[in-house]
Amino acid sequence: MPQLPGLIKGLGVTAKTAGRTLFPKRGWKTLIPAPQKGAVTVQYPHEKEAPPERARGVIALHEENCTACMLCSRSCPDWCIYIEGHKVKAPPRREGGKPRTVNMLDRFDIDYALCMYCGICVEVCPFDALFWTPEYEYSEPRIADLLHDKDRLGEWMDTVPDFLDYEPGSEQKVRKVPR
Amino acid sequence: MTTLLALPYWQETGIKLGLALAIIPTTSLILVYLFLFKMMAFMQSRLGPNDTGPYGTLQLIAEAIKFLQKEDIHPAQADRRVFRMAPVVVLASTFLLYVVLPAGPDAVVQNLDTGVFYAMAVSSISVLGILMAGWSSANKYALLGGLRAAGQLIAYELPLILAVMGVVIQAETLNLQGIVEAQATGEIFGFGGIGNPFILTQFLAFLIFMIAAQAELTQTPFDMPVAETELVGGFHIEYTGFRFLLFFMAEFGTAFAFAALASVMFLGGWWIPGFDVDDNILNVLGPGVMLGKILLIAFFIFWVRFTYPRLREDQLQKFAWKVLIPLALVNIVLTGIFKVVF
Repeated sequence: MPQLPGLIKGLGVTAKTAGRTLFPKRGWKTLIPAPQKGAVTVQYPHEKEAPPERARGVIALHEENCTACMLCSRSCPDWCIYIEGHKVKAPPRREGGKPRTVNMLDRFDIDYALCMYCGICVEVCPFDALFWTPEYEYSEPRIADLLHDKDRLGEWMDTVPDFLDYEPGSEQKVRKVPR
Repeated sequence: MTTLLALPYWQETGIKLGLALAIIPTTSLILVYLFLFKMMAFMQSRLGPNDTGPYGTLQLIAEAIKFLQKEDIHPAQADRRVFRMAPVVVLASTFLLYVVLPAGPDAVVQNLDTGVFYAMAVSSISVLGILMAGWSSANKYALLGGLRAAGQLIAYELPLILAVMGVVIQAETLNLQGIVEAQATGEIFGFGGIGNPFILTQFLAFLIFMIAAQAELTQTPFDMPVAETELVGGFHIEYTGFRFLLFFMAEFGTAFAFAALASVMFLGGWWIPGFDVDDNILNVLGPGVMLGKILLIAFFIFWVRFTYPRLREDQLQKFAWKVLIPLALVNIVLTGIFKVVF
């Protein structure tokens, strides 16, 4: 029976873990079971875990930067971004110039029931309009409410953390989050 | 045996039936809460269900209500009658097991002279139910699970029965009450203070019995029939709602019954040292003692379940036929020799 010592050791490991979870206290207090302290899990609705700084929680939209170029919508693997816009005349940049045409954003929706959090839209946006934020508490009782319109997406902008510094010696400038 | 109350047969039967109907779901409730929910959670360094009722005690009630709300689905190709009967057959085998389990001198549904034989025979009916479920589901995974269950349960029925033979030879009776009595009146080298629990003389048989029971209950090192990673649940893959609940209840009800059998045959059953074997007070204290012993045995069953990974099908068969059955036979021969010599 060469397996026997290993089998017994296995039983010991599970028993020891159970003991440590149930009786985590030291000294005479060992006899008081306190699994709340011993367990390594975070009891989510009661206590919250701070997500990592660059966690992919939800995508925020900075509406002023968006030109309705549709790049994000076209690159989305799930087709979960809906964009509509119209063209308006804007005053010329220089005195005496021709009036410009500018894209105005009418609708920018992300359907989080479809989104798979790949982040391609954030990568592909050339105008710094989309950002990751680590917020994750936006589940809804109704699935239709998971479609966030541009106002809701704009609200997430407040929670976007600043970009981290690059490693020392990098010549790239750290991107700024438009506030 | 003294009779506590003299009741007409039908009243006595009614009381026993009501008790059995109340006890069997409760037993699976206790086992699932204590071991499947809490002990398993602690062994994995988490808390387990914690919000439903105090310390999550009502979680299982909530789960049962959830199962009752589910739609009862039959696969289109399923053999409907057999499909519906299968969980009932499995649960019936569990109920029949409880008939002979003694909890006191008179606290037993029916004191059969062939109690051990009856328990072994009835416990193997569940194989039939599992095979029925696997066959009638019209699902390849369910069929594979059912066949694996049949192969495994037949292979492990043998060492189970052979291990019990040692106890039967030593106690000279097939009656479970007789076995308790034999342990209570037994002596260890002339010292009769704690009787002679057969775990001391039949330790090999006890080990074989526990291993075979583990396989018979399809608990984890031997859970090929339900192997959720390869068979996605095995024989109960197509079952929903109440029928799944029946399978679930049968699994843990049978675990409780096997733990009770082990404590009757090896740990001395309901007898408490210092009392007469047919003392009436044991009808009251006996169930408590039995419960303690059953929980101890069940603790070992589930401890092993949560510790080891699943065996492979061929390893399982090899272990039964090449190790357990020869060992059980050796145990019978040794017990016989000792019985004749002393």
